Amino acid sequence: MAYEFNEKVIKHFENPKNVGMMKDADIVETVGSPVCGDMLTLYLKIKDDKVVDVKFKTFGCGAAIATSSIFTELVKGKTIDDALKITSDVVVNELGGLPEKKIHCSVLAPDAFEKAIKKYRDRHAK
Amino acid sequence: MDKIYFDNSATTRVDEKVLKAMLPYFTEFYGNASSLHSFGRDASVAMKDSRAMVANIINADASEIIFTAGGTESDNIAIRGVAEALKEKGNHIITSSIEHPAVLETCEHLEKSGFDVSYLPVDDKGSVSLEDLEDAICQRTTLVTIMHANNEVGTIQPIREIGRIAHENGALFHTDAVQTLGKLPIDVSKDNIDLLSISGHKLHGPKGIGALYIKDGTPIEPIIFGGGHERGLRSSTENIPGIVGLGKACEMAKNDLDKDIAYMTNLRDALISGITDRIPNVKLNGHPTDRLCNNVNMSFEAIEGEALILALDRTGIAASTGSACSSKKSKASHVLMAMGLTQIEAYGSLRLSLSRMNTMQEVDYTIDSLENIVSRLRAMSPLWKEE
Repeated sequence: MAYEFNEKVIKHFENPKNVGMMKDADIVETVGSPVCGDMLTLYLKIKDDKVVDVKFKTFGCGAAIATSSIFTELVKGKTIDDALKITSDVVVNELGGLPEKKIHCSVLAPDAFEKAIKKYRDRHAK
Repeated sequence: MDKIYFDNSATTRVDEKVLKAMLPYFTEFYGNASSLHSFGRDASVAMKDSRAMVANIINADASEIIFTAGGTESDNIAIRGVAEALKEKGNHIITSSIEHPAVLETCEHLEKSGFDVSYLPVDDKGSVSLEDLEDAICQRTTLVTIMHANNEVGTIQPIREIGRIAHENGALFHTDAVQTLGKLPIDVSKDNIDLLSISGHKLHGPKGIGALYIKDGTPIEPIIFGGGHERGLRSSTENIPGIVGLGKACEMAKNDLDKDIAYMTNLRDALISGITDRIPNVKLNGHPTDRLCNNVNMSFEAIEGEALILALDRTGIAASTGSACSSKKSKASHVLMAMGLTQIEAYGSLRLSLSRMNTMQEVDYTIDSLENIVSRLRAMSPLWKEE
């Protein structure tokens, strides 16, 4: 069924922010899989409990790419705790909404971030 | 550049001449063909002429054509109608795993009411094997229904041989020719066809009109009941403007068949070779030679099809994909999966389907756009290994 993305979603799809890999990332997390049809790798640089840099690579539909892009914009510069508050609902709101069928794409990036932070904290708790 | 329409297997633009032929039947000759006055006679004459034009393109007799609401309805009437009429003789139907949902869902429905259905596999090119058909067919088989060419990958099936095997085993042969009318010559007699489904809007006719060829003497029961229109097989007041449009579209397709096929083949081959030459890691899906003249279907490594469609749409190019990202789990096309593609290849598939209205300039522009888009999307894909 045809659906329409708003201009903000299109903007993030056509000119996504923070795309690419990061060679000196503190943490790299991949969620999803090619079999599921979407997959995201998130690269994070963390200093003093703050997300100082973030990059992503996404395989997926337009909504998956747009939500990845805006998520990285939203978490960049935030403390870890504040960044963890960027849920999929926040992502959808910040984008000005997504078609019903595409809402599920918005969980990809927050999910990757949450898992990355867990990994980071586990490592630093030792 | 104006928008480019490369989704002609989904639907086509109505030809101006078709539209012009139809228009008087909305406001001037708007009678019901069953009426006994001059309005009715005008409608009835138009219907008779169109029926002859539809029959002509497949070398049938006009009395063997019934008008329907489209390809799906034709498939339903053919399959359910014959299965029902012959159920005393047998309850086995053979089809393929890559049929259109109009056929697959109808067969699945019949299975619920006690029919056995064999779904023949296809090879990696999308072709049904005649040996598999011979193995599956038995005394209880009443109907073989295999599409003439596939809507997604354009693979042409050996229908003449399929029909021959069906007949040798006492079964009838139905084929869904929705994608092939106007793109391949069809002769129902030489091709051993008993029933054949036609759709108007795939060959520059209007939507909401189709036809079913039913060979004279074929046992068939109605599935729609009412006023007894179309030999009692499709009750409903006839859609005269649609019928006139379908007739005109068939007449035009028949007259220009060779020219249209050559023209579309040329565009198709330019697209395939242009894309293959300019973009690395692409794969042609479907058969390299037994292929519809208007079908290009390719998989682009490390890219998801919906993203590709959206990016193409933004540059004014309309295409389609075998990837559907619309639930928790994405869905890959049943056709591509039946051909043994990996899920990721199926997600990365793009179909460009042409018509006689496309141009070489559009082909060139599309290759350029695709090259840019694919490289942009790959740069952001975690599955793409950068050099």
